[in-house]
Amino acid sequence: MISKEITILNATGLHARPASMFVQEAGKYKSEINIIKGDKRINAKSIMGIMAGGLSKDTVITIETDGDDEQAALDALVGLVESKFGEE
Amino acid sequence: MKGIGASPGIAISKAYVLKHQNIEISTKEIQDIQSEVSRLKEAIKVSSIQIGEIKEKAIKELGEEEAKIFDAHLMILDDPEYTGQIEQIINNDKIAADNATNQVTEQFVAIFGSMDDEYMKERAADISDVGSRLIRNILGVKSQNLSEINEDVIIIAKDLTPSDTAQMNKERVQGFATDIGGRTSHTAIMARSLEIPAVLGLKDITSKAQEGDIIILDGLTGEVIVNPDKTTLKQYEDKKNEYENFRKELEELKDLHAETKDGHLVELVGNIGTPNDIEGVHRNGGQGVGLYRTEFLYMDSHEMPSEEKQYDAYKKVVEGMENMPIIIRTLDIGGDKKLPYLQLDDELNPFLGLRAIRLCFAEKDLFKTQLRAILRASAHGKALIMFPMISNIEEVRQAKVILEECKSELDTEQIAYDKEIKVGIMVEIPSAAVCADIIAKEVDFFSIGTNDLCQYTLAVDRMNENVSYLYQPFNPAILRLVKNVIDASHAHKGKFTGMCGEMAGEPLAALILLGLGLDEFSMSASSIPQIKKIIRSVTLKEAQEIAKKALDLATADEVKQMVQLELNKLNIEIV
Repeated sequence: MISKEITILNATGLHARPASMFVQEAGKYKSEINIIKGDKRINAKSIMGIMAGGLSKDTVITIETDGDDEQAALDALVGLVESKFGEE
Repeated sequence: MKGIGASPGIAISKAYVLKHQNIEISTKEIQDIQSEVSRLKEAIKVSSIQIGEIKEKAIKELGEEEAKIFDAHLMILDDPEYTGQIEQIINNDKIAADNATNQVTEQFVAIFGSMDDEYMKERAADISDVGSRLIRNILGVKSQNLSEINEDVIIIAKDLTPSDTAQMNKERVQGFATDIGGRTSHTAIMARSLEIPAVLGLKDITSKAQEGDIIILDGLTGEVIVNPDKTTLKQYEDKKNEYENFRKELEELKDLHAETKDGHLVELVGNIGTPNDIEGVHRNGGQGVGLYRTEFLYMDSHEMPSEEKQYDAYKKVVEGMENMPIIIRTLDIGGDKKLPYLQLDDELNPFLGLRAIRLCFAEKDLFKTQLRAILRASAHGKALIMFPMISNIEEVRQAKVILEECKSELDTEQIAYDKEIKVGIMVEIPSAAVCADIIAKEVDFFSIGTNDLCQYTLAVDRMNENVSYLYQPFNPAILRLVKNVIDASHAHKGKFTGMCGEMAGEPLAALILLGLGLDEFSMSASSIPQIKKIIRSVTLKEAQEIAKKALDLATADEVKQMVQLELNKLNIEIV
């Protein structure tokens, strides 16, 4: 299991379109993937979990991946958050 | 019964009762866990196919944008947290698949429904729509298929879901009557865009009306009658005919000018919120757009709309109106209108706070993105720019400086735009109305926003029931301000004054405004024919006399009574 701490940078946060982009990306990997915010654990493959998670701009989260493709999954998801989901 | 009239018109037809809730959830403890889990999995598969089919139908009939909601439904159905929890409680609590689905769905609906964010609240309805579909499929209960309706009916339902409205046979549905919902609910919006009369929020119409009952529904007054007696039926049939004749009569005016008997021409144009609304402007014979509310582009989006996205929307409107003038109002957000992705501090007095042009000055990048998009769209037709919430001439100058910056950027980038683009302001703050003569030097036109002008001038919040009686567009104070603005623009050759508040579409106000010299009336497209009819029934001189009388009266009621009398004298009927 590996993990990385990261700050959400895009203005919208993990809301609506970015949330679905995140879930779709997470769904490509076999690993179990969670987002940890404070003491909350959110299944990264769950659109409703993420949208209900209050993951707004400047929230610090930890992405945790566990499974055969954990490294690829972590890199891809961290990259997505860092790219601000293509928002300007 | 009385509900909320959400879409005008009268419908008389048989009831078609839509029963979603007639589902019995099994509460028994179960033995065979494995078979419950496979019932769930099978139902998920079936639901996914059904939603896919509805989505295809929606794309064809309603367009890509309206169909997007079903992508969201598919994602909910695919959500491992959702289906996983259902499976988990089947296992742990030994309950039936339908019961488990019901419990988990309700949980998520409650979470989303209680959120402080409109977007998230709407998702609760989607989750509930998906959940009840799943339950029906687990139980093998066939949902009523609204696409198979083959006689004229009025649909009676607790509420209509997006799945329902997408599927229904729109040719045969004469009206909607529902227990819940208001003027801005999904059902209301669909009814208006399909031009189907609707009365919502009737509380218990589903228990009062039976399948096959005769229903009368008046979408204007909100009246609904179940199984009327002969006299009432006759009365409403007459009313229905009358309404339809009246609509027809107005339709015939479509291609005629908005011209007084003595040849004075004014422009009747539409207020729009999205590119889709221009169809209604054309249908009602509008000669352009007097107010394009761009904030919907921002409010319907979940992120700041890019220059490209805005350009596409503005271009669509400009091209769609075929060289008729389009007044594009720059972002009017703040006050009661918020954006999910733009953090604004809560203000003690939002209507007097950081909103509209003030916000645009504070967020200059956002403002410039929009101005660039409008300028680029101006290359494709006749666009005009309008700044909202202007209180003094310095703001006009400041806005124009930023506009010039955008122009010279486009020049450097060699991107085309209309170099003669006209610039105007909304007059909605009393200071701007009083000093219109000063501001007139800096603008090409004014457009009077009567809704806010009334609120600010009369210091009344019209949403506040305790004081809403003070909200009086016919108050002499408002009429005098309107006159002042019109006169100020006419002191300069080629400058004009329009009005884009609700008053512009108010039949009682039409003759006064005409008499005061208003050049352009901008309103909901559906009001255009009626205002045109009124304008075509008088001479400018008659209207001027009426306006003059109105300015000298003491109260709003006196003004209204006087106009009603004059309309009677002129034999003009209004609805």
